[in-house]
Amino acid sequence: MEKFVKHTGLVAPLDRANVDTDQIIPKQFLKSIKRTGFGPNLFDEWRYLDEGQPGQDNDVRPKNPDFVLNKPEYQGASVLLTRRNFGCGSSREHAPWALMDFGFKAIIAPSYADIFYNNCFKNGLLPIVLPDATVENLFKAEAASDDFRLTIDLENQQVLTAEGEALPFEIDGFRKHCLLNGLDEIGLSLQQADAIRDYESRRQAAEPWVFQEPQPQ
Amino acid sequence: MAGKTLYDKLWDAHLVAEREDGSALIYIDRQIIHEVTSPQAFEGLRLAGRQPWRAGASVATIDHNVPTTPFNSAADIEDETSRLQVTTLQDNTREFGITEYGIGDVRQGIVHVMAPEQGAVLPGMTVVCGDSHTSTNGALACLAHGIGTSEVEHVLATQTLVASKMKNMLVRVDGDLGPGVTAKDVVLHIIGIIGTAGGTGHAIEFAGSAIRSLSLEGRMTVCNMSIEAGARAGMVAVDDTTIDYVRDRPAAPKGADWDKAEAYWRTLVSDDDARFDTVVEIDAADIKPQVSWGTSPEMVVPVDALLPDPDAEQDEVKRSGMKRAYEYMGLKPGSKVSDIRVDRVFIGSCTNSRIEDLRAAAAVIKGRKKADSVKQVLVVPGSGVVKQQAEKEGLDKIFLEAGFEWRQPGCSMCLAMNPDRLQPGEHCASTSNRNFEGRQGNGGRTHLVSPAMAAAAAVAGHFVDIRDLDA
Repeated sequence: MEKFVKHTGLVAPLDRANVDTDQIIPKQFLKSIKRTGFGPNLFDEWRYLDEGQPGQDNDVRPKNPDFVLNKPEYQGASVLLTRRNFGCGSSREHAPWALMDFGFKAIIAPSYADIFYNNCFKNGLLPIVLPDATVENLFKAEAASDDFRLTIDLENQQVLTAEGEALPFEIDGFRKHCLLNGLDEIGLSLQQADAIRDYESRRQAAEPWVFQEPQPQ
Repeated sequence: MAGKTLYDKLWDAHLVAEREDGSALIYIDRQIIHEVTSPQAFEGLRLAGRQPWRAGASVATIDHNVPTTPFNSAADIEDETSRLQVTTLQDNTREFGITEYGIGDVRQGIVHVMAPEQGAVLPGMTVVCGDSHTSTNGALACLAHGIGTSEVEHVLATQTLVASKMKNMLVRVDGDLGPGVTAKDVVLHIIGIIGTAGGTGHAIEFAGSAIRSLSLEGRMTVCNMSIEAGARAGMVAVDDTTIDYVRDRPAAPKGADWDKAEAYWRTLVSDDDARFDTVVEIDAADIKPQVSWGTSPEMVVPVDALLPDPDAEQDEVKRSGMKRAYEYMGLKPGSKVSDIRVDRVFIGSCTNSRIEDLRAAAAVIKGRKKADSVKQVLVVPGSGVVKQQAEKEGLDKIFLEAGFEWRQPGCSMCLAMNPDRLQPGEHCASTSNRNFEGRQGNGGRTHLVSPAMAAAAAVAGHFVDIRDLDA
């Protein structure tokens, strides 16, 4: 996983609550067996005027000029500013894959759906939670600026505005550690292989039925 | 010290190690695998040169992508990308020694229908799957929730998950459910009250006499939509209904093991003095048959209500969401639910494709026919086993005589990854779980309802109050 330490980037505002994973990456693009290549179809139904299908040349498709990511001033955006309950819906990790593949490094919202929030950390995408009122202020500040950039300092858990205002955020210690160091979570968990084996032998003695294998073909 | 909730007990029983920062490693008893969210996980194992920690803990099947018209082999799947996912799962399960119920196996079906049916999910287990509706399995007093693909790989490699303990939420529904009110109406009513983020960060335990009165299948319908209430996991405590459901399942324990298991399972209830962080109490008598009108599962009304006025909504973010939903759905505030005409009807999905759902739909339409204005009614059983049982009972004939289509098991039009989908602007009475924009096909308009309400709409051509129909 890529490390996340500090990032400064252009902010794109997506002024909607409850943005669901079907909107982030529609189901027809879930048929890929890869982790990459989802960026051109991020928010496909909002971004394009036609119905998207896998394997299309997205460059020639008609774009919705009103959608934020299609506007010239937001080209190159890497911080997504949005509203509450972002990422609700399915568990598809294709959602953070698509956001990252597009170029987003961080998201700022008042809240996220649990599974989406969790999935972001597995991929080096930082979902930042800020209070409703702070998010509202950021939307206003963004609207008043031509080139609204924010700096995200994970080490110190702060979002910094260009004026030098510091907005603190909370993050789970283990997730922060993994992001800062780009750690492989599986490798870390396997360091506790003995504890897993001990646990299994205790359970196997007490509840052998749990270890019954599914009946084969 | 306060007693433990059911979730506390399940959490404690699966704790492998606690870390200094408060996160924990929890043991996963069962992983269910399907074709859409697993290819990248197997690829990850391969790249790292890792093997599954315990291949026998996993069971796989195909559901999201499969056509619901008859097919005999992967080569019959027309869509190339769908076919590739199906064959990739075959290859991966063979390579890593994981059991798959694949094409032609009567056990093949929707992950959350197949697994409990086979006894692959038992009370007290931790159950994960790369699918958010894994919460369905919590009806068996399991800690069951959806995970992302990186976690699918993590569970394959370590049989554990890095987790933080969730908060406890109790949703208690007491009293008797009225006639025509089903498990689906109960859960839609709950979501209408607490909202789609109401359960975020919580594990929900559904309790109370109305929940107890539901069959195990009905409890699965309720737990299934925990995620639409924002909670990754939903669960119901063990009682006689649970035990009776599990007994004699293919992978259930037998003999002395059964007695020992049952004695343990009976302890899987919240203690009387358990403390919940959030408690929601609902009177069963307040619940009417529900219909969703908008593009979020919380945008739901009783069938006899008028569609809500966005201008009466105090919260600005919600108000703009409602306005956008009206525009997308082509509906007007203040209109009657029964004025909404339906173009297609879908009876199926991990929410409502079990045998009792099909029985409920068949009971409504017996001797009736689908309205001419309704273009298509799909009935998609949740598994080959459900399909077989329905055919044994003659339900397939009732559906076919009514002009409905009787299909092969799979996820089908719930998420339109296979050829079953809505056309732009079409309204669908659907027994599935999500009414998001485009969920059932680009531009499609979904209304979430119970199987009986869906069947009644198919006959009338518009929504009707199931309570007004002659028995």
